[in-house]
Amino acid sequence: MGYHLNFTLIWRHFDKLLSGLILSLELAILSVAIGCVIGLVLAVIYVSGGRALRAAIAAYVEVIRNVPLILLVYLVFYGLPTVVDLSYSATTSFVLTLSAYAGAYLVEVFRSGLEAVPRGLIDAGMSIGLTPWRRLVHVRLPAMLRIALPALSNTFVSLFKDTSVASVIAVPELTYGAQWINFNTFRIMEVYLVVTGMYLVTGYAILIGLRALERRYAIGG
Amino acid sequence: MLQQIVYAAPFLLTGLLTTLAVSVITVVLSLIIGVVLGVALVYGPAPLRWVVRGFSDIIRGIPILVLLFFVYYGLPLTGLNLQPLAAAVLGLTVFKVAQVVENVRGAIGSIPTGQMDAAKSIGLPFPERLVFVIAPQAMRRFLPPWLNGVTDAVKGSALISLLGVGDLMFAIQKVVGRTYEPLALYCFGAALYFLINYSLSLGSRALERRFSYISV
Repeated sequence: MGYHLNFTLIWRHFDKLLSGLILSLELAILSVAIGCVIGLVLAVIYVSGGRALRAAIAAYVEVIRNVPLILLVYLVFYGLPTVVDLSYSATTSFVLTLSAYAGAYLVEVFRSGLEAVPRGLIDAGMSIGLTPWRRLVHVRLPAMLRIALPALSNTFVSLFKDTSVASVIAVPELTYGAQWINFNTFRIMEVYLVVTGMYLVTGYAILIGLRALERRYAIGG
Repeated sequence: MLQQIVYAAPFLLTGLLTTLAVSVITVVLSLIIGVVLGVALVYGPAPLRWVVRGFSDIIRGIPILVLLFFVYYGLPLTGLNLQPLAAAVLGLTVFKVAQVVENVRGAIGSIPTGQMDAAKSIGLPFPERLVFVIAPQAMRRFLPPWLNGVTDAVKGSALISLLGVGDLMFAIQKVVGRTYEPLALYCFGAALYFLINYSLSLGSRALERRFSYISV
């Protein structure tokens, strides 16, 4: 191989990558938080609502899950402002998109979690005279969260990787930082090696942390 | 709005065919390589298992977009100068192989060890144990998640437009640039991707139902 790796220029611009990584994490955390709210509300409606509501939620889930994220990003950033009188920054637009995207995946996570809550727990809640609302808040949701935690952490790590798509609308996250360094220094191989390492280390660190949390809260563990 | 879509239809069709072609090539290549590596991961000698495990964990840990950029912009520096289409297929295949490896591992892992022991006890050599005992059972566990994962290949293929491959996403971007009708065209594009992927998901669910009678 006649190419000599030279990381000097990468370290000189490392602040671009570091701030990019932080923004990537922020995007993922914000989107998963909003997505959790969407997912929780829709999952509860799904398991207790009527047929029409179920069909509407299923349509939302299927549409989002079967369309490439990059297309959704373009749709929200370039498409929506042409019909609704809204102007938002690329970052806001991406957070909206990724939240809707996360919501569609999390509805499924929470819905299957709610269905996996042992019948006996709900019956026990009934027998001590809890109202349906209190059964939901104090029995079903806490149990569901503990069941759904592993799937939730997988979704979070997956969303963290998906934030790389934000680079196509010039949100200055990690992949965008890598491209910026490419265009300015042409140290392509080096920057992608460093960025790959950053994604891997961060992703696995999050996963290991969340796995510890899962073990702590595992039902019957 | 409709007029623009009709006007752009032949162009979009070319893009759609490219998307389909790239997806099919990726899926076929990754299936072959992934099954071989997956079997190596389960039954191979320890060093080979570590290599496959490392490969799979690394590839699944990085965003597919970074992987594509790495293959297209990074590899030429090592002397491997790929055309956009070849780079796209290579990047997507590597990404998909890692998924297929995990599908295979999961499918084989779900078969009780007694099956392998029984096959050993009647004196079948390893290749025949694999082909006649493990594979027919593992197939039923492998197909539904694998077919569902094919949608990832189709969705991932939308990113190859960023390498300059003239796929459906690329065609849509071109037409948007010319007609200034972003919403209509993006919605139309979303509908096309939805049709492809939703039929794959339905197929996956049908297979799952078909095989669900086997409860090990």
